[in-house]
Amino acid sequence: MTKLTFIAHDGTQFDVDAENGSTVMENAIRNAVPGIEAECGGACACATCHVYVDEAWTAEVGEPEAMEEDMLDFAYDVQPNSRLSCQIKVRDALDGLVVRVPARQG
Amino acid sequence: MTGTITTDVLIVGAGPIGLFAVFELGLFDMKCHLIDILDRPGGQCAELYPEKPIYDIPGWPSISAQGLVDKLLEQIAPFKPDFTYNRMVSSLEKLEDGSFRVITDENEVFEAKVVVIAAGGGSFQPKRPPIPGIEPYEGKSVFYSVRRMEDFRGHDLVIVGGGDSALDWTLNLQPVAKSVTLVHRRPEFRAAPDSVNKMYAMQEMKQLHFQVGQVTGLTGTEGQLSSATIKGPDGDVEVPCTRMLPFFGLTMKLGPIAEWGLNLHENLIPVDTEKFQTSVPGIFAVGDINWYPGKLKLILSGFHEVALMAQAAKRIISPGERIVFQYTTSSTSLQKKLGVVEAS
Repeated sequence: MTKLTFIAHDGTQFDVDAENGSTVMENAIRNAVPGIEAECGGACACATCHVYVDEAWTAEVGEPEAMEEDMLDFAYDVQPNSRLSCQIKVRDALDGLVVRVPARQG
Repeated sequence: MTGTITTDVLIVGAGPIGLFAVFELGLFDMKCHLIDILDRPGGQCAELYPEKPIYDIPGWPSISAQGLVDKLLEQIAPFKPDFTYNRMVSSLEKLEDGSFRVITDENEVFEAKVVVIAAGGGSFQPKRPPIPGIEPYEGKSVFYSVRRMEDFRGHDLVIVGGGDSALDWTLNLQPVAKSVTLVHRRPEFRAAPDSVNKMYAMQEMKQLHFQVGQVTGLTGTEGQLSSATIKGPDGDVEVPCTRMLPFFGLTMKLGPIAEWGLNLHENLIPVDTEKFQTSVPGIFAVGDINWYPGKLKLILSGFHEVALMAQAAKRIISPGERIVFQYTTSSTSLQKKLGVVEAS
C-alpha cells in the first residue's frame, strides 16, 4: 500500500492507503475527499479532478501529457503544479505523496 | 398546426441507450424519432470518450465507445429511426387524447403517444468558465456562442480558450471587432495548427493581441463589461473588453426537462423498475438519467431498462393487443422486421 495525503481546500487532511496501479482520483472518490468531482469518471474528459501536487513531489509525479494539458485549459486557477488526479497512477515511488484540492473545480 | 412531426415514440437523447431503445421498440412495430443536442448520435460516448475502450458490454471483451455507437446504429438501421440533431427539447404538454406535444428550442413541434427520456447526464451546454463574478455579464456582454457576427462590430473583444472555437472566432471576428485579445493559459493550442499559425501571423502584424494567462477578474457596470484582468506570466494585465467570448468546452445540464413535473430526485428522474415509467404515465426514463433503488449508471443497465420499457410502451400505443414474447433467434416475424429473412 502506498500512502497518499489529500489536503482539502479548508485545510482538512485525508491520509489514505492507495493500491498501486489505481489513480489518485479513484482514491479521492473512495475516501470521499471533498472538492474532487470527477464528473467524467476518469476519462480525462472534464477537468473536475484538478489537484495541486505538493512542490516536493512535482518532479517525481511528472508533467501532464498533451491530452491532459488540453483538459487543464478548462480548470480553475491552473498553476505549474496542476495535474488531473485521474491521470496520476499510484506507484511505490509516490509513497507519501501530498496533493492539495483547489477552491473549486471549474 | 402545420409542420408537426408525429411519431409513435419520441426519444430524447441519441446516446447508446436512446439508440438501443429504437431496437426494442422496433421489434414491437413502434416508430421512433430521436432528438439530440449534439450534431451526431452517440451522446457522451461520441462526445467525451470516443476512443476509450469499454470492457463491460456483454459479448464484447473490449469495444471503443464510438465502435459501440457504430454497432448500435447498424443494429437499429432496419427500423429506420428519424433523427433531429442540434436541438434541445424545451416544453412538453399532454394533449387531450393522451399523447404528448414536445417543442424544441427552435420551435419544431413533435407529437408522440409515448415519450422516452434517455438524456444521460443531461444536455451538453457551454461550460461556464472559471472566472469569478461572470454571472451578471452573461447574455449582455459575455456570450458563449456567436449568433450574429454584427453583434461584435466595433467592440473590444476578448476571446478565451485554446480550442477550435476560440481560434476560429478570433480569426473570423478580427475584421469586425475594434480590437481582439485572445487569452489562453499557455502558448500551445488544441486548435487546428493552420488556425494557430494564422493567429500568430496576425499577431505579428499587430492585427490582434495574444495574451498568455487566465482571466481572473472582470470590470463593468450593469452587465456591460469595460475591462478584463488577466493573470499572465509577468503578473496582472488589464485589457479593454466590452464583449467576451469564453470557450471552455461543454458540460451536461438537465435543462428544461427539469420543468416537466417529473418529481425529480437529486436531478434524476425516479421510475419504477417494472416499466421504467416516470410519475407521468406515457413518459419513460431510461439510462443514466433515471433513478430507482439500486440504480447503477451502466450502459448495460440501460439496455435492460429499454427492453422492459418497450413492453409497457406497446401497451399504451396498441391498447388491448396481446403482446407475444418472442426471441429474435427463433421468431420469423421478428426476423422479418430485422430484414434477416425475406418478408412473405
